[in-house]
Amino acid sequence: MADVAVHADHGSDHGHHSSTGLSNNKLAMWLFLGSECLLFGGLISTYMLYRGRVSDGPHPSGIYDIPFTSVSSFVLLMSSLTMVLAVSAAQKGDDKKTNLWLLVTALLGSTFIGGQVYEFTAFYREGLGFTTSLFGSSFYTLTGFHGVHVSVGIILLLSLMGIIRKNRVTGNKAEVVELIGLYWHFVDIVWIVIFTLVYLIPS
Amino acid sequence: MAIIERPTSEAAVPALATPSASLGALKRPMTESGWKSWLFTVDHKKIGIMYGTVAMFFFIVAGVEALLIRLQLAAPNGKILNADVYNQMFTMHATTMVFLFAMPMAAAFANYFLPLQIGARDVAFPRLNALSLWLFVTGGIVLNLAWFLGGAADGGWFMYAPNSGPIFSPSNGVDFWVVGLQIAGIASLIGSINLIVTVLNMRAPGMTFMKMPVFTWMILVVQFLLVFSLPVITVALVLLMFQREFGATFFDAAAGGDPLLWQHLFWIFGHPEVYVLILPAFGIISEVLPTFARKPLFGYPFVVFSGAAIGLVGFGVWAHHMFASGLGPVSVAVFSMATMAIAVPTGVKIFNWLLTMWGGKIWYTTAMKFAIGLVLLFTVGGLSGVTHAVAPSDTQQTDTYYIVAHFHYVLFGGMVFGLFSGFYYWWPKVFNRMLNERLGSWNFWLMFVGMNLTFGPMHILGLQGQPRRMYVWTPQRAGEGFFNLAFWNMVASIGSFILATGILVFLINVLVTSRKGEKAELDPWDARTLEWLTTSPPKAHNFDRIPVVHHLDEFFHRKYVEDTATHTMKRVADGADLVRAEEAAADKHIHLPGPSYWPLVLALGIGVLGLGTIYGIPIMVVGGVMILLGSFGWVLEPSVADDSEIDPPSLDGSTKEIAPLG
Amino acid sequence: MTTQTEQHGAGHDADHGHGLTDAGYIRIALILAAITALEVSTYYVDFGPLFMPALLTMMVVKFVMVVSYFMHLKFDNRLFSLLFYVGLGLALFCYIAALATFKFFIS
Repeated sequence: MADVAVHADHGSDHGHHSSTGLSNNKLAMWLFLGSECLLFGGLISTYMLYRGRVSDGPHPSGIYDIPFTSVSSFVLLMSSLTMVLAVSAAQKGDDKKTNLWLLVTALLGSTFIGGQVYEFTAFYREGLGFTTSLFGSSFYTLTGFHGVHVSVGIILLLSLMGIIRKNRVTGNKAEVVELIGLYWHFVDIVWIVIFTLVYLIPS
Repeated sequence: MAIIERPTSEAAVPALATPSASLGALKRPMTESGWKSWLFTVDHKKIGIMYGTVAMFFFIVAGVEALLIRLQLAAPNGKILNADVYNQMFTMHATTMVFLFAMPMAAAFANYFLPLQIGARDVAFPRLNALSLWLFVTGGIVLNLAWFLGGAADGGWFMYAPNSGPIFSPSNGVDFWVVGLQIAGIASLIGSINLIVTVLNMRAPGMTFMKMPVFTWMILVVQFLLVFSLPVITVALVLLMFQREFGATFFDAAAGGDPLLWQHLFWIFGHPEVYVLILPAFGIISEVLPTFARKPLFGYPFVVFSGAAIGLVGFGVWAHHMFASGLGPVSVAVFSMATMAIAVPTGVKIFNWLLTMWGGKIWYTTAMKFAIGLVLLFTVGGLSGVTHAVAPSDTQQTDTYYIVAHFHYVLFGGMVFGLFSGFYYWWPKVFNRMLNERLGSWNFWLMFVGMNLTFGPMHILGLQGQPRRMYVWTPQRAGEGFFNLAFWNMVASIGSFILATGILVFLINVLVTSRKGEKAELDPWDARTLEWLTTSPPKAHNFDRIPVVHHLDEFFHRKYVEDTATHTMKRVADGADLVRAEEAAADKHIHLPGPSYWPLVLALGIGVLGLGTIYGIPIMVVGGVMILLGSFGWVLEPSVADDSEIDPPSLDGSTKEIAPLG
Repeated sequence: MTTQTEQHGAGHDADHGHGLTDAGYIRIALILAAITALEVSTYYVDFGPLFMPALLTMMVVKFVMVVSYFMHLKFDNRLFSLLFYVGLGLALFCYIAALATFKFFIS
């Protein structure tokens, strides 16, 4: 019965009520991320299955540049820190600081993507094309998919900055920043897995 | 559970920023009638009706494909279809039935009735709901475009390698299939997230999880299955697309690839998908049986938890589709055991339904007949299913008509009968007209007889060794005696036309009653759940006053009270009166989300992007730009229309809004 | 049961949206950076039989730290954790089982 009284004004108010007391948007985002686990799981498994199948061209251990990838992994990891600082600033209602940290996050993300472009180009020059071997196909598919996710994240961050600056956020601003933050962190944890399973553990 | 009933305190949620206009250039399409009110609507009821209409169209398309297949196989040396067209026909029959009829028809029911059953005014994300619909329509169009652009997909609905490769499928059919399914998959993913959040967050006050109607429960389980299985087929389709478009060799055995990888990915998705198809039907008849047996559902918690158990175990049995592929004895044993285990919760449900009817005053309406038909036919299909779980037996049956018989018993006898039960049960709610019961009876019996004549003989055909997907047979191979293939193929073909006649009767029923059918009463079936506590059809805002829930089967308990002396239920109120009482006590300020162009724009953009993967980068760029613009329009548009946009402006100054987000 | 629920909800409400202080986040980031350095060191130093388990453990620790602290799961409602970890768990189960049928872990 207690819960009945609580909801007596449901629907008659402009406020935001829900049965669980949680935000619709955040629930949706976490569900989406739970779903994405199975997406990246599939791509990672495909890579794991095929990483040793090198009919032609370079072998994984002969082509990975661990120091370089370590640096770009570190950059992406630190972008998670700047992202969480942006969320923290947004929750304090500090637009200026929010935008600053969003910008830094987007720049770090772009650095990572730049690194990936460089890496792909270097690999291609060393003879690893998309169709060279199953290793190549599955490597480019996995890391490419991740790269697309990061790029989408960068577009989201930059758009969010613009919308905040024009003060046209529809809904709860701190929550929008948090949602995009969740997506960004997810992209980061996927890379944490990829960095270990793909790069550091040799086939 | 910490997730039940906790309010957000007012202070914690800052006021919503609602900029005054949507985008300046485009005026919001606020009309409440005409085609625009359908095209740009975010109303879950209109979206549900559109889902249902399009799904019905695809049901007829796929049905005609099935009839052509049966015509071809009716007699030896069939000349109706050549081998190539035959391949396209059975591939598209299955694909259309599964992805463009069964799933969206379930989505139609879910969209329309789930918010009503939980006492909500819409889904959690109305605009995303519209996006799901239009993406599904786009996906369906893309899938079928292939017929006109060089031939449809022809690799079978599970598109095994090497059939999916360029050697065996040189036309663009498979490419359209990949893109179409990918788009339909996005539609289902968005829809599933939307409905889960709706169930979690939009329940009427007092409606705890164990007071939710079973239909809502089953839809919730289905959405969880979708949300976690669709990404797997997405991966599979992406790999196949990269193989066909960019020359990768993921499934090409000659280049060292593993065709089994596709099979695993497909069935990790595909087996949960099977439950995605059947559970909504289970949910529907769990509403219909108690209503027409005039007894509460027997063992409600068992029905709910067995449904959830089916969902969970459904993720651990996929390899039983692959027993003949050489998985190795350990895998086969493990998956065989798991598959047999899943029969247990299913059996629990069957017994619950039987015991619901046991001792009830059964009212044999058409809806009830279809529900009983489901229990019967699904049990037959379930039993033949157990024979596949036994791996040695399955190796004999794989890829024969016995399999075809099995899954048509569970899918047609189970799912389709459940959906038809739902049509007859809820038709008066949606259209305020009764479907004719006499025609309904013809509808049921023709379908029941037709279905058994069509799919029953396939058990024999299969055990006699007729392979699935065979496009022609010769009299020399038909054999002799009672079990000869010629006789039973003919019976199956005749049955299929009886079945089709049954469905034709349904369509006639719809046409006839829409012209001069009897108007429905507000509570024609003496029903039990909240969707009947409102007008038929429900108003745009569903409930004049959000109901407060105290019981499972809330509507029933408002009409009936237990007589403590005799322990019988005594009727104390009339359903129609209850609805009128709600109307009299209507809320004053009801806010509804505004219609929007952007779901349609975004869906079209994704369709163009998809076609671009077949026809080249420039088209992809166009699609990408459309998506980007659509997204910006979407984000910048407040989900609630401003007063100035409502045409004519509301009289008493009340605005409409229900969900602040979306 | 309802009462308990309410209490849990109320207790949770107090720390909702706060998580750590900025300094706390920086501390987490430093730990993550240190672990990453340790991970990279396996490339230069021979860890012997510990190589694989050590790397996998560090990966899991990093993963969980980002999810718990940066993504606030540790501080947020348990329903969010449930939704996410069910997805993750199903992914692990399905794909490990599928890879096992390829004899991936034997060779």
